[in-house]
Amino acid sequence: MSEIAFLLNGTPVRVGGESPTRTLLDWLRERPGLTGTKEGCNEGDCGACTVMVTDATGSRALNACILFLPQLQGKAIRTVEGISGPNGQLHPVQTEMIAHHGSQCGFCTPGFIVSMATAHLNGQTDHDDQLAGNLCRCTGYAPIIRAAKAAETAPVPDWMKTDADVICSKISSGGEAAGRGGQTAPLPAFRPATSDELAAWYAQNPTATLIAGATDVGLWVTKQLRDLAPVAFLNGIADMARIDHKGDSLRIGAGVTIADLRRAVAPLHPSFAELMRRYSSEQVRNAATIGGNIANGSPIGDGPPALIALGATLHLRHGETRRALPLEDFFLDYRKQDRKPGEFVEAVTIPAHAPGLRCYKLSKRFDQDISAVLGCFNLTITEGVVTAARIAFGGMAGVPKRASRVEAALIGQPFTLASASQCAPLMAQDFAPMTDMRASAAYRLTTAQNMLIRYFHDLAGTPVSVLEVRA
Amino acid sequence: MSMGKPLPHDAAPLHVTGQARYVDDIPLPADALHLAFGLSTIAHGAISAMDLSAVRTAPGVVAVWSATDFDTMPDCSPSAHDEPLLSTGAVLYLGQPLFLVMADSHLAARRAARLAQVTYDVRPAILTVDEALAANSRFEDGPVIWSKGDADRAIANAPRQLEGRFEVGGQEHFYLEGQIAAALPLEGGDILIHSSTQHPTEIQHKVAHALHLPMASVRVEVRRMGGGFGGKESQGNALAIACAVAATRLGRPAKMRYDRDDDMMITGKRHDLRIQYRAGFDDQGRVTGVEFTHLIRCGWSQDLSLPVADRAMLHADNCYHLPHIRIESHRLKTHTQSATAFRGFGGPQGMIGIERVMDHIAHALGRDPLAVRRANFYRSAEEEGALPPALTRSPQDIFEQMKGQQTTPYGMAVEDFVGDALVAQLEDSAGYAQRRAEIAAWNASSPVLKRGIALTPVKFGISFTLTHLNQAGALVHVYQDGSIHLNHGGTEMGQGLFQKVAQVAAGVFGVDPQAVKITATDTAKVPNTSATAASSGSDLNGMAAQAACVTIRDRMAEFIAEKHQVAAGAVRFAEGMVRVAGEAYPFARVAQWAYEARVSLSSTGFYATPKLQWDRKAGKGRPFLYFAYGAAVTEVVIDTLTGENRILRADLLHDTGNSLNPALDIGQIEGAYVQGAGWLTTEELVWDGKGALRTHAPSTYKIPACSDRPEVFNVALWGRPNREATVGKSKAVGEPPFMLGISALMALSDAVAACGPGYPALDAPATAERVLAAIQRVQRDA
Repeated sequence: MSEIAFLLNGTPVRVGGESPTRTLLDWLRERPGLTGTKEGCNEGDCGACTVMVTDATGSRALNACILFLPQLQGKAIRTVEGISGPNGQLHPVQTEMIAHHGSQCGFCTPGFIVSMATAHLNGQTDHDDQLAGNLCRCTGYAPIIRAAKAAETAPVPDWMKTDADVICSKISSGGEAAGRGGQTAPLPAFRPATSDELAAWYAQNPTATLIAGATDVGLWVTKQLRDLAPVAFLNGIADMARIDHKGDSLRIGAGVTIADLRRAVAPLHPSFAELMRRYSSEQVRNAATIGGNIANGSPIGDGPPALIALGATLHLRHGETRRALPLEDFFLDYRKQDRKPGEFVEAVTIPAHAPGLRCYKLSKRFDQDISAVLGCFNLTITEGVVTAARIAFGGMAGVPKRASRVEAALIGQPFTLASASQCAPLMAQDFAPMTDMRASAAYRLTTAQNMLIRYFHDLAGTPVSVLEVRA
Repeated sequence: MSMGKPLPHDAAPLHVTGQARYVDDIPLPADALHLAFGLSTIAHGAISAMDLSAVRTAPGVVAVWSATDFDTMPDCSPSAHDEPLLSTGAVLYLGQPLFLVMADSHLAARRAARLAQVTYDVRPAILTVDEALAANSRFEDGPVIWSKGDADRAIANAPRQLEGRFEVGGQEHFYLEGQIAAALPLEGGDILIHSSTQHPTEIQHKVAHALHLPMASVRVEVRRMGGGFGGKESQGNALAIACAVAATRLGRPAKMRYDRDDDMMITGKRHDLRIQYRAGFDDQGRVTGVEFTHLIRCGWSQDLSLPVADRAMLHADNCYHLPHIRIESHRLKTHTQSATAFRGFGGPQGMIGIERVMDHIAHALGRDPLAVRRANFYRSAEEEGALPPALTRSPQDIFEQMKGQQTTPYGMAVEDFVGDALVAQLEDSAGYAQRRAEIAAWNASSPVLKRGIALTPVKFGISFTLTHLNQAGALVHVYQDGSIHLNHGGTEMGQGLFQKVAQVAAGVFGVDPQAVKITATDTAKVPNTSATAASSGSDLNGMAAQAACVTIRDRMAEFIAEKHQVAAGAVRFAEGMVRVAGEAYPFARVAQWAYEARVSLSSTGFYATPKLQWDRKAGKGRPFLYFAYGAAVTEVVIDTLTGENRILRADLLHDTGNSLNPALDIGQIEGAYVQGAGWLTTEELVWDGKGALRTHAPSTYKIPACSDRPEVFNVALWGRPNREATVGKSKAVGEPPFMLGISALMALSDAVAACGPGYPALDAPATAERVLAAIQRVQRDA
């Protein structure tokens, strides 16, 4: 691709002469000198670098520290400096943050302000979820939430409203080349517009790194300091970002973000949607894709166990050749998948109905944490007897994996507390989990077993989650 | 009067617009160097070979230095001269800086730092307190032991006894702004340092030492930190020294900031420890004798560990009168990051031991833990002279009763105890008794989930225990246009110190606080400052600034009084006006006249805390001017199948004396509670068997997130004046409310106790895994 163009706080900007894996955060701070956006962790966990990115599909909060410049082609970026009005008028969330004493050291504050202003623009009032990706070490959050609530009813300031047509016309009208010396050398990156373009290019460039949301690949750059060239950026591929309802199933494009997936499955699979609510943070859900979550092959990704429990089919593509396989068969071994060079994840298909599905995520912290154990249960119980069983776990093996022996033992039995208790110990035959900084092997195994008991209580209507309890 | 008003933080409008400037936001000349350390990958051993050729030839690298590039290695320690900037051969922890890279960008420096080829002569590492005890690896010759009465005999003679062991984890500061410094070379070899530090004078001192310069040649400026929490009391030294040396040798500005992972690998954290205890008590739960052993993991260097461990001992009593007590403190040296200051400075670690004992005794007796706590409270300040319950009869007690005053284990009279009254008010406002009954009923009908509740009090000593640190200076100018320039030795890390002191200054001059210009802490304006630490910021600097302002105001009053032929005492400064002899002049006009009359409108101010007398060796005296009090009720719910747990509600009542700014004080209290609860629940530091910290980023180290705060969160101020003559009769607030978080751990203990007959003996942090283990333990002990 040649140089990229975007709007920065309403002003068209063209960027060239940069590495394609230059992060927006570094660029903002070092080139235009917009130092309001802060680096707190450089891995997408603290939210101090949050920016608002707008395109035809809406405005969303993203972490600038793991956002590469080519991902911003044709979009409008608003940093904290652009949350105030053109004449310095404060945004309602800024006014309320001052009034409610929502800042102390102030370092996390710009990120909070951008997250809050984005939620305000989108009419979102689930503040704990909207702000789960913004860490504050000083305030204990209470005054920030008071401020967010106080700003709910204030109208969206005019300067915050940017529609897609304006973005396109402003960007196409040109703009100053940014950066010292005005370098406009091309960015050496491929940015396909269709899955066909990607398929053809990737077949020719099978060693390339495919970057969709960059929520994991971003860390390969910011933490592992790797060179990734050649790279392809997939976030411009509209035909892979679709969700198609086909009869009793949903075909989910690999480029669908976790945020969009959560919205789509909420009415169908509420427990899966609740799991997606706890999938990292708003900023990460807005960037991360389900295809990336699968292709990445992590044994602790939150998507695959739920999808496997649902009986998902994975669609792979190499050039013009496509194949499909049960998702669990894709994961061969730790970080090893059934994927040929040049082959990529194109979509995943799941059933539209699975009333027995329940997903249980264990992590040290409820929000924005990687699972220690993720158990997804999907039993079909006909006239009191288990007739089909799909139980899948993350965090229990080198890959997302089914509890086959437990499943086999349950089938044909009535599902009672006794049968659940009887079958649960078989988890020890299905899994030999490891000890790491998230949990010990013993804790993982015990809780995996206890999750089957929880599943029984859950189906029986007994409260089983501390998240359901109110003071 | 501007003191006591709930005004916003002075920088809030800058914070919310992204204009507040931190060290990394200061524009530097384009030729500035960016620095990074290369770190050791083993915990203990010696460097046998270090090949830095790939580092030197990496893109963007300007210079690379290791021990051989220094005639004398600069030292970074705040105490014992035991922290070489770069390893001089010995490797004492995993993450220790071995070499220094200077490059033309931050990224280039980081990339290059990974390219070294280092081989080590690896030696066995001492990682745990058990290993350290076995090897007698410690600071000081042996344990520090302080005692009062005869604990051993009192325990032996008590109607009942118990003992236990309690593991308490450390805590990463996780200031949102990582460690950072920048150095600009000045003429004649002088240097200017911008540092994110709580202790500019220490930075000045260490940089001067490293450069072989007098302190007067080094100027350190700090406008603000993006959080400190004690983590920037000594841990910024290495970065400032590295920048100063690079800038001086290469003649270019130099900046160093740690990437978050490096920050967590290199810098110290809160001290973790094991507490062993033995207690004797009666059927009411009154403690007649108690013994504590603190096994404190201090890490590879001494840093501030000795005063931290001292403060743990000084808080072993908390709110309880313990007539017979023995505290044995082992300061153990291990091959891990050097544990350092963290909000509370050992106080929380000491206090949590006696709270655990109270909880354990209550469980043993089947009593409400609050009743046991109350039975042991110090006598109320309001009942001074009233006869205490006749229970213990040691000669020392009788002597104390004759004096009508109870003393701490270190012999300080507790003159200001309000814990009982404060707890009674909170018990009532939080509905403690009723909720405790409701929770018991709820638990009886809930098979999977259980609730728990606990009320714990706090008594925290205010003053630096190193007595000479209890001093502060300020510098105030009134300009001829009436504008006021305020400067003092305290640093701003988010706590609102600058705003509070500005309110004090504005109060003296009778002007709006907006009229007081707050300026960056600067060693060239106020010298020889103490760290902004020990909660002392507003106590010390508020008094110093007040003194400076009063000096200038008195000169102005004298001048204008003379002009009107009245006594200076008749001049009033209020609402921006100066009133004298029936006239009212704007403050600015009087300033202009005073200038023209050649009256000095500039003054320093100084304060030294009175009444302190402390013999550290003997463990006796008055180390504190006063105590700050508080109490919290926390309610939690746990899942008996997974150990998952959550805080449902917290009610806090805290004593800040006459608050200088109630809004800022409540902010400190809320934030401290959440940080304290985080320490004891989700914040788990994990080292592997080789001494590598496995939780070195927010992806693996979990501070509280937004939804972890209590959904119902009631916070109130006690609101009575300090009995000591502090600024505006206020009390310090930075650290004391951190320990309100202890109630969260005790509430979890209460919930676990609902699962079976055994005592939970819940270690900290009480992660879901530890809670589940405790549940299994109480069920097993059936």
